[in-house]
Amino acid sequence: MAFSALKILKEGFTGNRGWSPHWRDPVLKKEYDIIIIGAGGHGLATAYYLARNHGITNIAVLEKGWIGSGNIGRNTTIIRSNYMLPGNQPFYELSMKLWEGLEQDFNYNAMVSQRGILNLSHSDAQHDAYARRGNAMHLTKSGAVLLDKSGVQKMCPFLDFDNARFPVKGGIWQPRGGSVRHDAVAWGYARGADSRGVDLIQNCEVTGFQIKNGVCFGVETSRGPIKAKKVGMCVAGSSGVLAGKAGMRLPIESHVLQAFVTEGLKPIIPGVITFGAGHFYVSQSDKGGLVFGGDIDGYNSYAQRGNLPVVEDVVEGGMAIMPMIGRARLLRSWGGIMDMSMDGSPFIDKTHIEGLFFNGGWCYGGFKATPASGYCYAHLLATEKPHPVSERMRLDRFKFGGQFDEKGVGAQPNLH
Amino acid sequence: MIIDHPILGPRDSSEFVYLGDACLIDRPDPLDRNAEKLFYEYQYLRDNIAGPMQELWYHEQGDRSWLVVTRNTVTHEISKVELAREVSRSRGRSK
Repeated sequence: MAFSALKILKEGFTGNRGWSPHWRDPVLKKEYDIIIIGAGGHGLATAYYLARNHGITNIAVLEKGWIGSGNIGRNTTIIRSNYMLPGNQPFYELSMKLWEGLEQDFNYNAMVSQRGILNLSHSDAQHDAYARRGNAMHLTKSGAVLLDKSGVQKMCPFLDFDNARFPVKGGIWQPRGGSVRHDAVAWGYARGADSRGVDLIQNCEVTGFQIKNGVCFGVETSRGPIKAKKVGMCVAGSSGVLAGKAGMRLPIESHVLQAFVTEGLKPIIPGVITFGAGHFYVSQSDKGGLVFGGDIDGYNSYAQRGNLPVVEDVVEGGMAIMPMIGRARLLRSWGGIMDMSMDGSPFIDKTHIEGLFFNGGWCYGGFKATPASGYCYAHLLATEKPHPVSERMRLDRFKFGGQFDEKGVGAQPNLH
Repeated sequence: MIIDHPILGPRDSSEFVYLGDACLIDRPDPLDRNAEKLFYEYQYLRDNIAGPMQELWYHEQGDRSWLVVTRNTVTHEISKVELAREVSRSRGRSK
């Protein structure tokens, strides 16, 4: 079933009776070429690109809950490629390019909306640092515009420009940044993978690995053992628990990150705005709600909910740049479990166990990376060689000083 | 979260700074033959426990004591609070 404007029109006139389920409920086989653990955004994207780019379709994606029940359904939907360092920026730029062609590629409306992202600067030094970042972004043709105060004023007149503590000095604007309908990303990839023959197995928890002499040849699940030539972990916040079943310790801590949405308001926020002196980022959903978030709660957590002091902290950040937000009423807040790596950058790598691969450590930046993560992980799983834009995302990089110095925000600031 | 400080009584967790897994008390011996490997594991690798976990909290906005708090990372429930000094002593690490 392909989506098109004509099809929607036709179904509209015929009572919408011609739609079929987006994916099958397949029978679990005893053996696959590749098993991907975790049917979140990254896992589904991996399966999709394995089928599309590498022609491998004898794949199972195992999910302990339902499709998209993890962080792909719990984020603030922001996409951007405004990183700086080699090893990072080309990866996120690949992701942005994939976002730009995604809907045509998988024939699904993911509501990719490139409304732009604005990072505010609050001091001269920060403004200079943004100029440097912008120049680094131009190296990958990502596009960046350095705005002075009047430029920001024209775009967002409602900001508190003369705040006594954090006056707005300017900002850096990436016009190609924006937001995406997060659930539709999972559904689109799931449908695209399924239609190419990938088995999406829900309610199937991986309880262990079959490892012998340093080689992984399958997994134990709540629905029995399944054999596979290659197994790829892709479970974000649960990475530590899952890798523990294979006897591995990871450079990752799981922390809870909260996000918030207000009641629906008329259009006011032009794109995504981030506070440069605290940690606060806000955008407006198509329904009108202001979607915003801030820091992680700051202690290890597997609970998908946070505590009140961080709510206060996030809202204070919002009030500091955008006092009008104080008039909006909060509708909902929720928490997701972040796989916080020790340097704030992810891993897409083999493990020391043959046939077992790892994708994780996305911290709170996993959503924007979804297409490139799947693309590069598929490349690694299919060819056993890292994709050039993700080759530095090694699992053992802390051993030899190969960590990223992108922003230095990992699980703990004092780790660096 | 409320942390029941062994000396000061119940205090709000926002008065504290969090460090992480209390295994960080067991700093490796720099003179060990495998010191490089041990320090890599100590510094970067984590058990990342889902369930009851012993962790280090520092009472920065209070008496500046280090505590070992046993807290369930799935429910946020705190079951035990000890002075890190005493835990460390019981492991034979400090006088």
